[in-house]
Amino acid sequence: MAITEVERRRGQLAALSIAAVVIIVGVPLWWRTTETYRAWLPVSQIKDLAKLQLHLSADVEVVFARGTVTPEQQKKVPLTQTQDEEHTVDEDTTLRYRYETKYRTATIMEEDALKKPTAAEADLSLHMLSESPCGSLVVYVIPESSSLLPEDVNVYIGQRRTALVRISAQMRVGKTLEQLLAQLEPQIKQVLQVMSFSHTDITVALSDRVRFRPGNKESIADSMRAFKSSPGYEITFSLLNPDPKSHQLHWDIEGAVQTYIQPLLTKLSPLANFSMDSQTLYYTMLGVTPRFDSSFEAYTLNADSLAHVINPVEARLGSNAASSNPVLNFLLYVPDIRHSPLYIHDHRKQEVPSNAFHSPRWGGIMVYNVNGFYGSETEFPVHVNINMAKVMGVFLAQLRLLLGVQSLSPPPGFLVAPCGSTGLADWELDRLMWSRSVENIATATTTITSLAQLLDQIGNIVINDNIAQQVSSAVTSLQLAMAELEVGNLGFALQYSKEAILASEKAFFDPSLLHLLYFPDDQKFAIYIPLFLPMCVPILLSMLKIVSEARQRRREKQAKKE
Amino acid sequence: MAAHRCSCWSWLLILFSLSVFVVADIHETTPVNDHHGGVDHNAQTAEQTADQPAVEERRWEATEVKEAATVDAAADIQGTSAPETVVPSSVPQPKDDFQEELVIRPLHSGDIYASFQFRTLWDTDFMRENKVSHYRLFPKSLGQVISKFSVRELHISFTQGYWRTMQWGQPFIPSPPGAELWVWFQDSVTDVDATWKELTNVLSGIFCASLNFIDSTNTVQPSASFKPLGIGNVTDHSFLRYATLPREIVCTENLTPWKKLLPCGSKAGLAVLLKSEKLFHSSFHSQAVHIRSVCQDWQCKTTSWELRQTLNSVFDLHNSGQTKREWSLFKMFSRTLTEACPLASSSKLYIDITDNPQGEQFELSPATSLLSQAVVLGDRRTFSVYDLTQETTFGSVRSLNLLIRWKSNEGYIHYEPSKDRVKPHLLEMLIQLPPNSVTEVTVQFERALLKWTEYPPDPNHGFYVGSSVISSLVPSTVAMHTNSTRERPLFSSFFPCKEESSYFVRIYTEPLLVNLPTPDFSMPYNVICLTCTVVAVGYGSLYNLLTRSFQIEEPNPGLAKRIANVIRRMRGVPPL
Repeated sequence: MAITEVERRRGQLAALSIAAVVIIVGVPLWWRTTETYRAWLPVSQIKDLAKLQLHLSADVEVVFARGTVTPEQQKKVPLTQTQDEEHTVDEDTTLRYRYETKYRTATIMEEDALKKPTAAEADLSLHMLSESPCGSLVVYVIPESSSLLPEDVNVYIGQRRTALVRISAQMRVGKTLEQLLAQLEPQIKQVLQVMSFSHTDITVALSDRVRFRPGNKESIADSMRAFKSSPGYEITFSLLNPDPKSHQLHWDIEGAVQTYIQPLLTKLSPLANFSMDSQTLYYTMLGVTPRFDSSFEAYTLNADSLAHVINPVEARLGSNAASSNPVLNFLLYVPDIRHSPLYIHDHRKQEVPSNAFHSPRWGGIMVYNVNGFYGSETEFPVHVNINMAKVMGVFLAQLRLLLGVQSLSPPPGFLVAPCGSTGLADWELDRLMWSRSVENIATATTTITSLAQLLDQIGNIVINDNIAQQVSSAVTSLQLAMAELEVGNLGFALQYSKEAILASEKAFFDPSLLHLLYFPDDQKFAIYIPLFLPMCVPILLSMLKIVSEARQRRREKQAKKE
Repeated sequence: MAAHRCSCWSWLLILFSLSVFVVADIHETTPVNDHHGGVDHNAQTAEQTADQPAVEERRWEATEVKEAATVDAAADIQGTSAPETVVPSSVPQPKDDFQEELVIRPLHSGDIYASFQFRTLWDTDFMRENKVSHYRLFPKSLGQVISKFSVRELHISFTQGYWRTMQWGQPFIPSPPGAELWVWFQDSVTDVDATWKELTNVLSGIFCASLNFIDSTNTVQPSASFKPLGIGNVTDHSFLRYATLPREIVCTENLTPWKKLLPCGSKAGLAVLLKSEKLFHSSFHSQAVHIRSVCQDWQCKTTSWELRQTLNSVFDLHNSGQTKREWSLFKMFSRTLTEACPLASSSKLYIDITDNPQGEQFELSPATSLLSQAVVLGDRRTFSVYDLTQETTFGSVRSLNLLIRWKSNEGYIHYEPSKDRVKPHLLEMLIQLPPNSVTEVTVQFERALLKWTEYPPDPNHGFYVGSSVISSLVPSTVAMHTNSTRERPLFSSFFPCKEESSYFVRIYTEPLLVNLPTPDFSMPYNVICLTCTVVAVGYGSLYNLLTRSFQIEEPNPGLAKRIANVIRRMRGVPPL
């Protein structure tokens, strides 16, 4: 009996030690060999980014010209005021605008500049005196008697970062400086809304992050028209010649691009890299056959059918092989001889004067009629030299719209200077930079937070070191960009936000993240079961047996004691 | 103890079946999951489209040109902008040029070889600093590839089928089956391997081919065989990369982007013939793109880029079930030519008539008087030429449907190819056999795997192919009666007799039993059972050895002994 007892103990010990080996060696071994490599991510910082608090601050300088302030008022300037505005967009996103307004009187040189005969000249010479940094504004307050502005204009917005505000008579009669400033404030606020960021622009820019609920259709269309912010854009001009047998077209695209488009793009170069090319496509038909309208004696395209026009052309346009930046397409369509002349009609059945239309986030198309060259005995093919000034005027206007340079209608009493040869005023560029920085930050934060969420949810994904590095650099750039926005360094903020968006996209679309994504748990168990069950069941059973025996023995002992 | 072990085994058995079920379950559920995914996706798109109409109204907007914005800009350069005019004859000579050509050659095997070549020449420099590039005839996508990847020379070909040199002779532009790509890079490229990898990815996008599978495992740098075909005597083969993908299957999706590179697309010129449903119904199909720089003039002072697009195919005349040996553009391409590409400076169609100088083998219609001689592959050959830029080529019907009619008629072959699971092959041949000769008809076939439900219960028995039939009129030694109504024994009157001198015979051959490869139907089940059994038996017995205790039990006394003991107990004697 003693021998069997010893044998039984030996069996139990063997079972226990096998169980111990399985638990101590087997499980960790299995765990190590099937483990996925996951590099460290700055999770807490990403969590902070999920709650976005954007501070935007703009420097405004208000300069009083001679004759706008009384001597006793003058004693109190210069002084500085700060205004804060806080908006809560949704539970995770808050915006705070800070306008730092500095008040001072004009210097002698500025006084001289303000004595120029026209506002445009004054604007130019003020710009020569001092160049205000990106994102800041200078508002000159000029006396009522000044001849710079026409009668009905109170505010003049220049080509650079300056505005002229005329003080009205009732504002200045015998009051303290504080009252004067209070009187001036609404006007300065309006100037700021036009020349710097406005709340609507910023909320539109946040649309990647916050579900944007606009009030009306108008603002949907406005917000959807411009291209999304991107580090680069490809601009492609295509000449569509569906009928090379009848028309031989010559366009001096090289010269036209240099004279019309390049200045604008040079000005926009801090925003993104632009590259341009052009091509000529033959035998490309529009998707819609134009109808002959006898009342106009011309073929017409209705606004409703425009949506179908592009599809067959798009197949021929070809995507850019060399980069993955968004492409802005500008098409010049010369209708074939059987559908000529061709005019575009809008929703009210009116002829569109420019004979061009554009599609949001895609590009524009212009119809160029050459039927004027058909004589009674014209020999085909007709050689036509395309008037590039006319064409580029339309394309430039479309390009401005598609890039998000909004030509908003100014409030009454405002006069906006026509933009110069560059096609873009400095303050328009600033506006664009404000909204692009905010948009980049919004996009990058959403990308990074959703990436972190995804990696958190799916434990199978391998996180390589390079991804972790990209994520960290995106987070750092984001923090830097937000800090720069807070102090008002617009240029740096845009730069950092671009870096953030590049790094975050690179991390998000890294191909290594997809490797083990589609390996669900149930399939894993199907592989493990034939191996694990035959091993574990005997161990478990003998464990159960050992436990039940031990319990029985204790009960027997207790019975003995009693 | 034994009972315990037994229950243990039954546990294991249950587990086996469970694990099998689990596997089966997974197979069934995955498609369902996919389906769910699809439905979700649909729902989403439906939502999107529901959202759309509100936006759609404003999607296409007329462009209002702000006069202030653009006229002002235009004013600065008003002096330079030319007013729109009818250009007088002094149009600047375009720097690019396009030519197209089709060569048709009847092959000895009776097939037809058609070779298209399209050449675009462009006098430009892709390597300029200024990356703004303006394309006219040269395709933009390829131009961007050349300038981005600093390509000196690029050759890419997609081929379906193998060129049978024994039957067909040499092709004008040879190419291996599958896809082939070889590229010479400029000396300025620093990391050739990375550029090559990126280039193959971009090209695979442009040509819709799986060129992205080219990697270091199938890329070589030939040092002697692949010299640049254009100008430039580069000898450093570290700038050369060569790769082939023999498995690449060429089809319509490769042809469409290839056609898009042509200035006239497939709308005019020779390219209208390139209809994919006919082109891919051929014995051999090869399309290629060759880019290189060539000399512009004899002294080679200036160079220009040459893009040569070639397409070669061999059409099998018997395949299309024709009775007469006759061939026309319409029969081959289901299109006729109506015009040359208006952008082409030359557009010509050549027919190889070297073997047919007097028109004894075949005749051409419409006939042409233009003849041309060319030395190709070490041989001087004569061609009939049709110049498509001339109006007279198209005649009064305004279309050119070139017809080649062979004169000799050598029997009759009727062939209907099979369709899988629909109809079998049918091959009928009318042959005149010389006496005392052996005629052998061989049919090549490939063994294929059937779908697993299509196998009969005894798949290893093989599959029967029905008998071949020979129907023949055999000369008779006695005169026959042609009148079928005449009273005759029944056994002699089944086949009607048309001629007195011959009788009809039908011979059936033996049916053919073909062994098809049969798969191992129980393989997955075997694998699971085997692994489970091995693991369970090996591990289980080891475990039992270690944990169970073994003891010697008294053997049971035999039946006779027990009975004897009972009797002894009754007798009161001590048991044995």
